[in-house]
Amino acid sequence: MKRLLLPWLGFALVLLAAPLVFPQSAALSLLSQMGTMVLLCLSYNMLLGEGGMLSFGHAVYSGLGAFGAIHLMNRMAEGALAFPMTLVPLAGGLTGALCGVLLGYLTTRRAGTTFAMITLGLVELVSACVLMFPEVFGGEGGISGNRVIGEPVLGISYGPQIQVYYLIAGWLLVCAIAIWALRATPLGRILNAVRDNPERAAFIGYDPQRVRYLALILSAFFAGVSGGLSAINFEIVSAEYVGALRSGAILLFTFIGGSAYFYGPIVGGVVGVLFSSWLSAYTQAWQFYLGAFFILIVMTAPGGLASLIDQGWRILRSGAFDTRMAVRAIAWLAAALPVLAGLVLATEMAYQASLGSLAEAPLRWWGWTVDVHAPLPWMTALLLMSGGVAALWCWRGQGGRS
Amino acid sequence: MTAAVALSLQGLHKAFDGNPILRGVDLELLAGERCALIGPNGAGKSSLFHLVSGRYRADAGRVTLHGVDITRQSPQQINRLGLARSFQITSLFPRLSAFENVRCALLWTLGYRYAFWRRIGRSHEASTRALAVLQQVGLAARADVAAGELSYAEQRALELAVTIAADASVILLDEPTAGMSRAESAAMVALIREVTVGKTLLMVEHDMQVVFDLADRIAVMDNGRVIACDTAPRIRANEDVQALYLDRRRHG
Repeated sequence: MKRLLLPWLGFALVLLAAPLVFPQSAALSLLSQMGTMVLLCLSYNMLLGEGGMLSFGHAVYSGLGAFGAIHLMNRMAEGALAFPMTLVPLAGGLTGALCGVLLGYLTTRRAGTTFAMITLGLVELVSACVLMFPEVFGGEGGISGNRVIGEPVLGISYGPQIQVYYLIAGWLLVCAIAIWALRATPLGRILNAVRDNPERAAFIGYDPQRVRYLALILSAFFAGVSGGLSAINFEIVSAEYVGALRSGAILLFTFIGGSAYFYGPIVGGVVGVLFSSWLSAYTQAWQFYLGAFFILIVMTAPGGLASLIDQGWRILRSGAFDTRMAVRAIAWLAAALPVLAGLVLATEMAYQASLGSLAEAPLRWWGWTVDVHAPLPWMTALLLMSGGVAALWCWRGQGGRS
Repeated sequence: MTAAVALSLQGLHKAFDGNPILRGVDLELLAGERCALIGPNGAGKSSLFHLVSGRYRADAGRVTLHGVDITRQSPQQINRLGLARSFQITSLFPRLSAFENVRCALLWTLGYRYAFWRRIGRSHEASTRALAVLQQVGLAARADVAAGELSYAEQRALELAVTIAADASVILLDEPTAGMSRAESAAMVALIREVTVGKTLLMVEHDMQVVFDLADRIAVMDNGRVIACDTAPRIRANEDVQALYLDRRRHG
C-alpha cells in the first residue's frame, strides 16, 4: 500500500507546489497548459499503450469536449443555466464520451492499421464539419466565453490564473488516479489481452470490438475533461482544437514520454508543452527541434523518456551507479552539448537567413549579434558539430552506455 | 452407452475460393469422451477446428454444442457456451504474465465481463483459481514471467492452461504436442489426461503414440470427410484407413 500511495502523494505535492516554485504569470499559464496536455496524453495512452490502438484523431474527443464546455459556460453566463464552474470539465468529459459512443462505434470495429486509417479520416471529417456549422462551432474564429460568472464561491471566481491552475491540477489528479485504477479492472486487463492477441481474446469469451469500443469511450471521456479544462483556461475554443495537428501533437508527446509506462504520458505532456509553448516563445524553429528530438528519442530510446528514467532509477537502486558511471555521463554531456550548440546555431542562422530579404538581417541572441551571411559563424557551427560528433564517437568506442 | 451428445457436427461444408476443404463432415462426440482427429496434411482437420470454434463460418451443415445450434455464432459466444480451444501455433498474450494470461481466461466465466468499476485484485476467486491452474500445468514458479519470455514447452503448457482455465465442458486441442521432444510429449499427454477428466476432448494430433495413449475413439479424416470414427483396434483394422495410410506410404 505504501509503495502505491507514495508516488501519488509525490505527484499531488508536485502539482501543489509547482506554482509556488514558478509564480510568474507566464510560468503559471505554462503550467496550466501542461496540466491539460498531460491529462490528454494520459487519456490517449489508454488507447495506445493499454489497447495498442494507434489513433491519429484523439483531439476530436478533447476538442468536441471543449466545445461542449464553452457552450455550457455561455449558457451559464446568459443565466439560462445554473452550474458550478468547477464541474464544467465534467460536462466536457460527458460530451467527449458521447462523441466516443457515436464515433467510436465506427472506428473501433477494426484494429491495427485499419483503425489508424479510420481515425485519420475521422479527423478530416470532424474538422470539415466544424467549419461547416459556424453557428455551433464558430467557424474560423471559434467560440469565446468567460470563465468568471456570477459571485465568487468561497472566494473562488476563477478569475486569477492561479485558481484556474489549481482547478486543472485537481482534475488532473483525480482523472490520473482514475485512469491508473482502470488498468487494474477486468476491462483494463482484457484491453491488454486484446492489444496482445485479439483473436485469442475472442476464444476466452470476450468480444475484442466491444473491448476496444468501451476503452475508447472511457478514453474519450478523459480527453473531454481535458478539453473542458482548456476551454476554461483559454476562454476560447476554435477549429484547430479538433484538428489533425493537435492529434499529431498528442501522439508525438505520448511517444516521447513512453507509452509502455503509466507515467510516460505525464513526462511527454510536460516536455511537449515545453517545446510547443515555452520554446516557441524564443524561436520560430521550435517545430524543427521537436521533430529532431522525436526522431532522436525514437531511435535511441524507443521506450521513450520514461524508459530512460526507469533505467536510471534501476541503476541507482541497484547501487551500480559509481564514479566511473558519473564520469561517463558527464563525458557524454560534454560531447553532446557542442553538437547541440552547433545544431542550434546553424538552424537559427538558416531560419534568419530565410527571413532575410532585408539587406541586413543579423541574428540577435541575448544582446549577441550574429551576421548570418558571414562565413565565420557557419564555420563555428560546423566545427562545434563535427567536434562533438567525433567526441561522441570516441565515447562509444570506450564502452558506450554501460 | 447412453451418454448425452456433447458436440455434434452434421454435414459440414466449407470451401475457400471455390476449393472445397470440408465436404460433408459428420461427427458426434459423447460427453466425457476423448476423441483424436487424425489424417494426412490438408485433410481439413484444422479447418474443421476453426469452423467448430467459430473462426470460420460453415457454408452448409450444422454444429450443435450440448444441443444448442452454434453454427452461426461468434467465437466468443461459442466460448461462453462452454467450448474452449487451443492453437497449433501458440497463441497467448505475450506481454502479460503467465498468471495474467490464465486470470484473463477466467474473467468471463466468473461473471466479470466488461466491468471497469471493480478492482481485479479484489477477486480472490480469480487469483486462487488462476494459481491452481498454473500449479496444475507446472508453471506456478513462472507465474510472474511474461508469456512471451517463457520457453517453448512452457508456452505450450500455458496454452493448455488458458484453454482449460474457465472449465469449459468441451475442449478442442490443436496439436498439443507439436514440436516437442519424446519426454516433453509424454509429460504433455499425462497433463492433458489429468486436466480433461470428465470433459469432452477433441484433439488434432499427428503423433500416433499420443493418439493411442489418450483417445477413446479415433476419427480419421481424408479429403474433407471423416472416413471412419471408432476405437483404436477397430481403426487399425479398418480397410479404408489402411488403404489411406498404405496409399500414402506407396506414394510418399
